[in-house]
Amino acid sequence: MTTTTSSTRTRTGLDLTDVTLTFGDGDDQVAALDHVDLTVAPGELIAIVGPSGAGKSSLLAVAGGLTRPTSGSVVVDDTDLIGLSPRALATFRRDHLGFVFQSGNLVPALTALDQLRLVEKITGRRAATPPEELLRAVGMDQHAGRRPGRLSGGERQRVGIARALVASPSVLLVDEPTAALDRRRSHEIVEVLAHQTHEFSVATVMVTHDHDVLEHCDRVLEMVDGRLRPA
Amino acid sequence: MFLALRELAFARTRFGLMGAVIALIAVLMVLLSGLSSGLVVDGVSGLMRSPIGAIAFSEGTKTDSAFTRSEVTRDQSEAWAAQDGVADAELLGTAIVNARNADGSALDLTLFGVEPDGFVAPAAAQGREIAAEGEAVLSSSARDEGVGLGDVITLDRLGTELTVVGFTADQRTFGHVDIAFIPLTTWQEVHAGALAGEQVDAAAYDVASAVAVRGLNGHVPGLAAGDAAAGTSARTITAAFDSSPGYTAELMTMEMIKAFLYAISALVVGAFFTLWTVQRTRELAVMRAMGASTRFLLTDGVLQAAVLLLGALVVGVAVGLGFGTLLQGTGMPFALESGPIVTGAALLLGLGLAGAAIATARIASIDPVTALGENR
Repeated sequence: MTTTTSSTRTRTGLDLTDVTLTFGDGDDQVAALDHVDLTVAPGELIAIVGPSGAGKSSLLAVAGGLTRPTSGSVVVDDTDLIGLSPRALATFRRDHLGFVFQSGNLVPALTALDQLRLVEKITGRRAATPPEELLRAVGMDQHAGRRPGRLSGGERQRVGIARALVASPSVLLVDEPTAALDRRRSHEIVEVLAHQTHEFSVATVMVTHDHDVLEHCDRVLEMVDGRLRPA
Repeated sequence: MFLALRELAFARTRFGLMGAVIALIAVLMVLLSGLSSGLVVDGVSGLMRSPIGAIAFSEGTKTDSAFTRSEVTRDQSEAWAAQDGVADAELLGTAIVNARNADGSALDLTLFGVEPDGFVAPAAAQGREIAAEGEAVLSSSARDEGVGLGDVITLDRLGTELTVVGFTADQRTFGHVDIAFIPLTTWQEVHAGALAGEQVDAAAYDVASAVAVRGLNGHVPGLAAGDAAAGTSARTITAAFDSSPGYTAELMTMEMIKAFLYAISALVVGAFFTLWTVQRTRELAVMRAMGASTRFLLTDGVLQAAVLLLGALVVGVAVGLGFGTLLQGTGMPFALESGPIVTGAALLLGLGLAGAAIATARIASIDPVTALGENR
């Protein structure tokens, strides 16, 4: 298991090789991911588009160590996640992976600043970039004391992005970040995401239905029936 | 505690309501503890506050009727007095009677027939100790019934007159009735059914209800050896409480009510934290996806429960003590004692934490993958 901290580890990005994820048995067997290969370099933002049920969320779950694939390998920073125990996997996620969820999925009781401090509590160490600075980077420093209930959808997503960057992850996995946003805010959010990806040299995978925002991405792939191909 | 305290502040209405329920349970616990202690004091304070270490009843007497059924002789008392480790042994007579005060008002009394110069006879805080036939020192609580020094109390049916010469410093009751400490000979005449002024058989002066025993240096003497020598069934003073009328049944009832209260408390707290955990499933899944360990989340959940329980218990016990202080001044058998209240509060805290821990344990089964996708 990799035990290096964010400040000392070598970032190699994300590398999925021949990953298959199937559900069910026999004739009822469904392949959510069908021999998927994907490499994302540090500082690269790729978008994955495709219809509902194509396997986009399954790809995020496998890449994030939340679901164990049926076969193949998932390597982050030279560590294959397949061989890790559930506890080691949780620790690895904490130290190497960042998630941005739909609608931010922020903790209702916490202010914007506390959302980021919570990550420091979870990791047990101070962020390399102070939470206040991360909020400023996503344009949310004026709303640091507001709880999610008093933030707009776009503001919640900005806080979600800042929160995902607190632990200085090597890989950022982004799940439909513009699902509940209007066109203008969708562009703003993905611009912020692209900027932070380059600024912090993170390998970012964004799953989206929104074709309007793809111009901000370095690469776009399409997922259909569990298979990945260039869009 | 980072998340726990912020959630307590954020969801203060929900936690406030739950805290109010726990506080009310704590109030009830204090009141029940006070009632239990009050019943004990009302039932057996005459024994509790005496220097008696053990009581020897006639052989084979049933526990629940020992004080009313038992009859021992002076020979048995002397046999006890001769035992190693026994400092004092003397006859003790007990009888619950109906009487009337000088103004004709009804009065229930427990007569404790004691040797006037013996170790059981209490000191008088007001007036003086009993010295002669027909004199009585009453429990301090009898003053609430309108009895005063110098009053003459007349026993119903027999017409025996008792002159009140003193009052004890504190409450001395037995079977929820004020005790009148009277000379043993007076008690023996009453026990023999002698009408006022009537002569009784000499043998009547040889018997009493039991033998009161005091060991050397406050130790309880060997009961088996004493019983073998005297032909009695001796019990320590605390074991003898069970022979007070209704004592065991009353305490068992109160203990059962308290046991149900503790069980209900654990269930209520457990149910609340189960619902609370279910409501937080999404954010817990997000935190697990972010790498939060089960230990981190469980610790936070249990500490949250501890803060809520402690806060609510402090408020509930304080309010209960306030109510209890008011109740102590009434005729209700009620006594605030720190021991049972602290024990009760600790039980509520422990059982509440257990309920909360079981409820929050479901955190361990939350799948972090549920943080992804739509409508989560």
